[in-house]
Amino acid sequence: MADSIRLQVSRYRPEEGSAPTLQEYDVPLRKEWSVLDGLNYVKDHLDSTLSYRWSCRMGICGSCGMSVNGTPELTCGTFLADLAPGPVRVEPMRNFPVVRDLVVDIGDFMDKLPRVKPWIIRDDEPEPDGEYLQTPEELDEYKQFSMCINCMLCYSACPVYGLDPDFIGPAAIALAERYDLDSRDRGARERLDVLIEHEGVWGCTFVGECTTVCPKHVDPAGAIQRYKLKAAKESVKAFLLPRGAR
Amino acid sequence: MTVSHDVLLVGGGGAGLRAAIAIAEANPRLRVAVVSKVYPMRSHTVSAEGGAAGAIAADDSLDEHAYDTVSGSDWLCDQDAVEAFVDEAPRELLQLEHWGCPWSREPDGHVAVRAFGGMKKMRTWFAADKTGFHMLHTLFQTSLKYDEVVRYDEWFVTKLLVDDGRVHGVVAVDLMTGRVETITAKAVILCTGGCGKVFPFTTNASISTGDGMALAYRAGAPLKDMEFVQYHPTGLPFTGILITEAARAEGGWMLNKDGYRYLQDYDLGTPSPTPVLRSMELGPRDRLSQAFVHEVEKGRVTDSPWGPIVHLDLRHLGQQLIDTKLPFVRELCLKYENIDPVTELIPVRPVVHYMMGGVHTDIDGATPIGGLYAAGEVACVSINGANRLGSNSLPECLVFGARAGRAAAEYAATAGDPPAAIEAQAADEVRRLERDLLHKTDGHEQVSVIREEMQQTVEDSAGIFRTGEALAKGVDTLRELQQRFGHVAVADTSRTFNTELVAALELENMLDVAECIVQSGLWREESRGAHQRTDFPARDDERYLAHSLIHRNPDESSRLDSLPVTITRWPPGERTYGK
Ligand SMILES: Cc1cc2nc3c(=O)[nH]c(=O)nc-3n(C[C@H](O)[C@H](O)[C@H](O)COP(=O)(O)OP(=O)(O)OC[C@H]3O[C@@H](n4cnc5c(N)ncnc54)[C@H](O)[C@@H]3O)c2cc1C
Ligand code: SF4
Ligand code: FES
Repeated sequence: MADSIRLQVSRYRPEEGSAPTLQEYDVPLRKEWSVLDGLNYVKDHLDSTLSYRWSCRMGICGSCGMSVNGTPELTCGTFLADLAPGPVRVEPMRNFPVVRDLVVDIGDFMDKLPRVKPWIIRDDEPEPDGEYLQTPEELDEYKQFSMCINCMLCYSACPVYGLDPDFIGPAAIALAERYDLDSRDRGARERLDVLIEHEGVWGCTFVGECTTVCPKHVDPAGAIQRYKLKAAKESVKAFLLPRGAR
Repeated sequence: MTVSHDVLLVGGGGAGLRAAIAIAEANPRLRVAVVSKVYPMRSHTVSAEGGAAGAIAADDSLDEHAYDTVSGSDWLCDQDAVEAFVDEAPRELLQLEHWGCPWSREPDGHVAVRAFGGMKKMRTWFAADKTGFHMLHTLFQTSLKYDEVVRYDEWFVTKLLVDDGRVHGVVAVDLMTGRVETITAKAVILCTGGCGKVFPFTTNASISTGDGMALAYRAGAPLKDMEFVQYHPTGLPFTGILITEAARAEGGWMLNKDGYRYLQDYDLGTPSPTPVLRSMELGPRDRLSQAFVHEVEKGRVTDSPWGPIVHLDLRHLGQQLIDTKLPFVRELCLKYENIDPVTELIPVRPVVHYMMGGVHTDIDGATPIGGLYAAGEVACVSINGANRLGSNSLPECLVFGARAGRAAAEYAATAGDPPAAIEAQAADEVRRLERDLLHKTDGHEQVSVIREEMQQTVEDSAGIFRTGEALAKGVDTLRELQQRFGHVAVADTSRTFNTELVAALELENMLDVAECIVQSGLWREESRGAHQRTDFPARDDERYLAHSLIHRNPDESSRLDSLPVTITRWPPGERTYGK
């Protein structure tokens, strides 16, 4: 194994107005080092002005998504040795406005999140003294969809979101499905109304890129598919029945 | 620009979000805001793995949870706080259940509990081994339901505005634009988490830099019990990534280089094939980490490029148990160590994990500064004393987050508007940031260099075993580093998402926190829990059955005094495990 590897890192400062440029840095190539370790080496030893987000370095906080050699990845879980001999191109995630260097603006997702009502909705009955019973099988129904770390890799990979920013997007739909499938929840109806309206689920053309890139195996494409089915059934019903009877 | 709120939360982790919801529910008319240097769901709570303690099992009782906590703390906690804590923890965990937290279940649908270190009964609720992740996302998503909770995501608080013994708001940098803003508030709750990053090797995320401790300390609130730092016995050797105690609770063994379960040599009980509560691998963390150091001295550990290690053996648990109860452990080992715990031993070494000390508060989270509260890891109530029991801190965030929220809501409802003096203070802070950091032209010290030296200094002086001599030397070195920080250069002159500015501000905070840890360690001339002085090897209840309080003097030096421990029902006794 060579003892160093070249990173080609996208640099952009809005004050300077011009388009992003690639800057090259050689960092040590160590078998344990992730791409994030490489960036931290740059920041601490070569160029303190590089900006990027990270926090947990263990694939759970969802901060460190970037485009690595063109693929959306968690940089704390992508290893330099697997990309040797390099060079390794590190760029901001696609489909988002770039704020600075490797930092993108995910404000659009943060605004969309509350729209799918990602909380338990119950009728007005008082909360019980004990827990709502939920068997392990009932938990398994929604568990996969509850694993999303909001890393935004799926938005970055989604061709539909790239073209139509009104599309509510994979992770938000997966989250709606997570609550719909939770045996404690009664809010499926309200969420469906939201997702049928707006650009909800209809934009998706089932490319499935979101599921491919998801580091947590959430399968947002599966969630979208399920929602489309529900929505299709609903619109048939809506067509046949007056609103009150639904 | 100045914006104003009634109650301001600094921090959007487990404690901050729980407090925000408590306020919104207590008084929907209050204008609540959460300021956080990262998006709330990125907060460090997300990394917590093992679980959250709350006595619910039929064979369990609040008294037993209290006794385990008190003895685990080596009698340094306040027992009134512990009693409130164990009483409210199950209710808080249930509340989270009602909000949708995917707790692991028994076949009949009831919430399942697991064993945890230092606990005599099974009482730790868990969501597989991603408990903190699920709790944090549940809290965050639930908080979205409350329109009255306003958020300032990716804003970094640099100063508390205090006048005449009362807090009136904060100054913060909006990272996206680089604007420095004043946010006034009638009450402020610090929920900024821990400070693991003052050490070189830690389980903590990069954001755990003790900001809230430093903010409070500089504003005149004392920090309590700062000498008590928890080392977790099982971190992955290079990254410091935590292998949760749940791995031992499910039956994992600690082995030295001879494949021997060495804990039996350290007064922690005798080995049995299945886990025994409060015994061997399920002993408390301070004792397990200390046992590791003794094994190193005896030459019974394995060398690795990252220093000596021992092994955690899960192989006998089998793939099915590992995949259902410990899937994240397997994922982390495969990814970061390239080993599969189903068939291979996991290399581990002790790693800095948790700060028992923090901002001095009462049982409602109130600090000595009017309107200023603290909750979560930043605070010291204290339920953790000299050693926290695993799985007590997530419920601590909930119980004391909610308590501080309610208390702050009450305070804010009657407090007046901020005095004019605040504006001048805020303007001073803006000038300081511009002059000392952003526009400084003559700096020559580098943030990363000072940070590394600080971390090494703290480890060398305030590690698992300490001496007066090393601690005194640590204080001197830290003072020098503080001086050198005065000449720090921020090469990045951009206003937009300037992470070098953030790193400098965090370093400034850590230097203060580091000094408090080392100074408090020097003050305490005894050995108790996580604070082990080889020059004072015994516990000394005569002189030190008391909290340390470190205050900042106006000339920036520090001063220590102490506060008696509150004892209600459990007089100091000997800590026994494995019996
Ligand atoms: C790997 C790991 C595993 C753990 N597992 C367990 C477990 O199984 N059970 C258990 O009980 N405990 C566990 N703990 C401990 C527990 O997770 C923490 O003590 C707890 O989550 C702390 O929560 P918090 O709300 O106090 O702070 P955090 O979650 O750390 O949140 C701090 C918040 O403050 C904000 N903030 C900080 N500084 C500033 C600033 N200057 N300006 C603006 N905002 C700021 C941050 O953005 C963040 O939102 C674990 C800890 C670690 C490291
Ligand atoms: S669904 Fe997967 S890829 Fe998308 S945000 Fe969630 S974790 Fe990331
Ligand atoms: S740094 Fe947290 S997911 Fe990578």
